[in-house]
Amino acid sequence: MGIASTTSMAGVILDALWQTLYMVFWSTLLSVLIGFIPAIILTLTAPDGLRPIRPVYEVLSFLINVFRSFPFIILLVLVIPFTRLVVGKAIGTTASIVPLTLSAIPFIARVLETALRETDPGVVEAAKSFGASNWQILWRVYIKESVPRIINGVVLLVISLVGYSAMAGTVGGGGIGDIAIRFGYQQYRTDYLVVCSIILIIFVQLIQMIGNHLYKRLS
Amino acid sequence: MIEIKNVRKSFQDLEVLKGISLAIEDREIYGIVGQSGAGKSTLLRCLNGLEPYDSGEITVDGALVNSRDKAALRQLQKRMGMIFQSFNLLERLDVYGNIALPMKFWGINTRSQESRDKVHELIRLVGLEDKVHAKPRELSGGQKQRVAIARALALDPPFLLCDEATSALDPEITKGILALLQKINREMGITIVVVTHQMEVVKQICSRVAFLYHGSVLAEGPPEEMFIKPAQKEIQSFLRDKSERLPKTGVNIQVFFVGESSKEPVITQMARELGKDFSICWAKLEDFRENVYGSLVLNVDEMDRETVCRFLTAKNVTWEVLE
Ligand SMILES: Nc1ncnc2c1ncn2[C@@H]1O[C@H](COP(=O)(O)OP(=O)(O)O)[C@@H](O)[C@H]1O
Ligand SMILES: [Mg+2]
Repeated sequence: MGIASTTSMAGVILDALWQTLYMVFWSTLLSVLIGFIPAIILTLTAPDGLRPIRPVYEVLSFLINVFRSFPFIILLVLVIPFTRLVVGKAIGTTASIVPLTLSAIPFIARVLETALRETDPGVVEAAKSFGASNWQILWRVYIKESVPRIINGVVLLVISLVGYSAMAGTVGGGGIGDIAIRFGYQQYRTDYLVVCSIILIIFVQLIQMIGNHLYKRLS
Repeated sequence: MIEIKNVRKSFQDLEVLKGISLAIEDREIYGIVGQSGAGKSTLLRCLNGLEPYDSGEITVDGALVNSRDKAALRQLQKRMGMIFQSFNLLERLDVYGNIALPMKFWGINTRSQESRDKVHELIRLVGLEDKVHAKPRELSGGQKQRVAIARALALDPPFLLCDEATSALDPEITKGILALLQKINREMGITIVVVTHQMEVVKQICSRVAFLYHGSVLAEGPPEEMFIKPAQKEIQSFLRDKSERLPKTGVNIQVFFVGESSKEPVITQMARELGKDFSICWAKLEDFRENVYGSLVLNVDEMDRETVCRFLTAKNVTWEVLE
């Protein structure tokens, strides 16, 4: 392939950066939205929750553990039929959002559950004592009080998704990771390897900084 | 009026409330005191419906507290504001937001002029006008409890329940909070139930008090009656950590000065009239709301025991021999 020679390095890397941002953005958004559902169910049904239901909590908790321990590289292959069903094709930047999201859901569900359950039980009790309903407590106490912790969790997710997106990239998703492997590693272009690494480092640092700033602002 | 009749409550095998009966009158400040683990918080939580009880009956102005009837329970909870030892404020809301929170739970529009006036009035009541938009972490313990008190009053409850409201505060701050509770009781006519293990709290503000011991009410009455000369050993040991410092020889007699007798110089009279030697080995003045009550422990020779006791009885002084 002569891409590197026909296109400028900056162009290649910019395209790849855009693909990475695209994959990370959508898989973060989708997994957080979907992950909230099990996180809330876990929070409500936990032994110390508003509506403890042991079997529900245990089963859901077990399922999340199972999916979390599933190696991403295997998931990547296993979900191909499903991806084809949802996106219409199994390869490409958009297609790789599917395995990224699926692998992120159990992770962020656990992270969100932890964030929500760190809510001070005394504050929950106070809300109950004023006659708040469970839904009001969930929204006004659990979720709103946990916003800074939730942001920390999402930062963690974004950073790990940057890493996973590099892996997804190698099977056709594109992105910075893909470029680093294809040009930097396979074609011995050290300059690509270095620039890609620097971009990833800056990106992760930036996310962490924004996260820390938001945490401070919102707590 | 709050009526608690023969209420029992167990956690698994542990019976925490063993048939509690109490009646709390309107507009009084009622204390529930006892050692930690006695079941005070559990009783208060049952009263507020935060915890179901196993048997017996709790009624608030005639309405049954029944945690299975959620709608009715909510209405009752609206009538009983509650404050806690750890304040339990929402960290991310400012003072204003915390106070307005119960209104939100009740679907009251907190942006209306009426609501805003209401919140500001409560802020004035607890003296935090300069902290309206401060977050809880910017406040001292005493200020946090003031916010919690204002929040507990946001729904105009006729009852205020306090669970160890001052136990996390130092004595000076505690005084301020107690004065605030008294003001709320007097000026707003709110009935207050105070749960505490701190004697000072009960003595300073309660008109009546129940002593809870291992899930049972051992005694009930005005605090000065119960605590100046308690009949039960359990209450004595709750009150007295001084016994180990008393002399081991001779006889220790505790003398109580209740009401008028505290103004008469009984002790100096005794020294003069009996011509006996004795030492004063412990003394304390105690504040019970507006009144000051004194108590001191005399150490006399075994031979003088009867003479001294007779003298004290003749002078109409309350006394007791400490064994
Ligand atoms: N949710 C609970 N589950 C089991 N035991 C409890 C629970 N709440 C309180 N207890 C027990 O009940 C007893 C009374 O507790 P509590 O009412 O908090 O006492 P107090 O407020 O007087 O210190 C204690 O022995 C405590 O361990
Ligand atoms: Mg307690």
